Amino acid sequence: MKSKFYDRLATIYFYVVAGVIVLFLLSLIMYILYQGRSELNLHFILTPPKFMEKGGGIAPQIFNSLLLLVLTLIISVPIGVGAGLYMAEYARPSKITELIRLSTETLSSLPSIVVGLFGLLIFVNMLHWGYSLMSGALALTVLNLPVMARVSEDAIKSVSSSLKEASFALGATKWQTIVKVLIPSALPGLITGIILTSGRIFGEAAALLYTAGMSTPMLNFKVLNPLMPGSPFYPFRAAETLAVYIWKVNSEGLAPDARQIADGSAAVLLIIVLLFNILARWLGNILYKKMTGGK
Amino acid sequence: MSEKYDKRRKVFDKIGKTYAFICAFLLIVITVSIFYFVATKGLSTFIVDKRSISEFLFGTTWKPDRPNSQGGPAIGSLQFILGSVFVSVFAILISTPLSISAAIFMVEIAKKLGRNLLQPAMEIFVGIPSVVYGWIGLTVLVPFISKHIGGLGFSLLAGILVLTIMVLPTITSVSTDAIKSLPWEIREASYALGATRWQTIRRVVLPAAKSGILTAVVLGLARAFGEALAVQMVIGNSPAIPLSFLQPMSTITSVITMDMANTVTGSTWNNALWSLALLLLLISFGFILIIRLVGRRSMYK
Repeated sequence: MKSKFYDRLATIYFYVVAGVIVLFLLSLIMYILYQGRSELNLHFILTPPKFMEKGGGIAPQIFNSLLLLVLTLIISVPIGVGAGLYMAEYARPSKITELIRLSTETLSSLPSIVVGLFGLLIFVNMLHWGYSLMSGALALTVLNLPVMARVSEDAIKSVSSSLKEASFALGATKWQTIVKVLIPSALPGLITGIILTSGRIFGEAAALLYTAGMSTPMLNFKVLNPLMPGSPFYPFRAAETLAVYIWKVNSEGLAPDARQIADGSAAVLLIIVLLFNILARWLGNILYKKMTGGK
Repeated sequence: MSEKYDKRRKVFDKIGKTYAFICAFLLIVITVSIFYFVATKGLSTFIVDKRSISEFLFGTTWKPDRPNSQGGPAIGSLQFILGSVFVSVFAILISTPLSISAAIFMVEIAKKLGRNLLQPAMEIFVGIPSVVYGWIGLTVLVPFISKHIGGLGFSLLAGILVLTIMVLPTITSVSTDAIKSLPWEIREASYALGATRWQTIRRVVLPAAKSGILTAVVLGLARAFGEALAVQMVIGNSPAIPLSFLQPMSTITSVITMDMANTVTGSTWNNALWSLALLLLLISFGFILIIRLVGRRSMYK
């Protein structure tokens, strides 16, 4: 009966580990929200930071993070989906396919600080874009592409092949099948993937320190034309994101309430990332139900 | 179907295929150019500045801005390499047993609870940005260590603990997939022989999932090795060889993060930082090659 005893002991152990992990996560989240509670107000979210003075907010940082996210998605989603499509539908076992796979794996495990340095070298220095939204977005694209490619490959591969065959049987070309059948059917997976990677992009800092920069010019929302250098949407202006700001405040905070600002920013960042997570799950479910017509 | 329409859709078919190929090929281009440009910059320490590779890899004097009158810049980086190795290896040592247990819990013990509770928890762990982990380390861990254990708080120990949490979801999710992908029959065979669930886990499931779990550990190691900001925030950033868990130290990533902005392009200091970046790149590529080797030896695939 000794083995039964050990079996029970092991089961208890596994429950304890799982419980501890979940409790730990909950306490982590509660701690972050609790610490940031005094800053979780509209004033903090909607005002710009102050230099060497109390009471600054994080409005430009949030704006920059969102803008950078949108810009990154605009660049990386079409390319990532294209690459995933190639790997799922066109790639035959060959040297090139193998090389693409190796590249994807290498890119996806690249330390983000290295990606940031690459961005510094190419976009900031060689192309003379300086610390800018564009440099940041392209660095984030390098980080996001392999993830996007893998997510799309999986989503497209998981579409039932009978759908594909039916489309071929109707005389559709491969591309027609892809555009009209495969991609729509893979949409729930694609959208979930995009939102989940968005959370990662939103929280990324190491790759942005030396590409998007650690400062933001005054944002003048009267000039909306993205081609005007004074516009908040001008792609070649420096753009410090929320995650970078948290790092900067923690390591060289000049405002007297640096600690509070860091607390509040961490809470805001966490809430936004959690929202991405919830949104991904919720939208994924809804789309899945809609596509399959199931309950 | 008109002939014109048919021709047009065939052209689109070709364009589509070409587009997909270009996108995929771009991944190769990006990877190669990252290697090329980082290598060009990183090697100039040895080619332009004529420093020896062994000084860089095995030296321990890091005084990259020392004026020539006092012996010129010293770029010994062993302490950073050891720092990165220590912080990530210890993090993995703590994290791996927990992660594997969590993976087993999700696949073998309580599937439903795993899927509804532990799985989302892991996804949230991954989602929490590294600066937030660093900030928690800075506000909770560092004061705690200095108050209750000793030292300044900024220490190897703080870095290890922050990384332990950060690699937990990576190792868990990859080993979960590995355990999940095992054919269910091997468990049934074991139960049929009268084995208990624990015996089955220990003698059948874990050995069979060995290569997958190894992959998970290496991926975790790669993530720990490359993590920059969270570690840099809690580790103290002093260029010393870590001799105690309570001592402040530096890692490859932390010294790059700290110093890059202070250096002038082309200086020995700047080039040495690029050499560190190149080293980081090569190590992370090495991890990928190891994973490929391990994956090839997998029993069930």
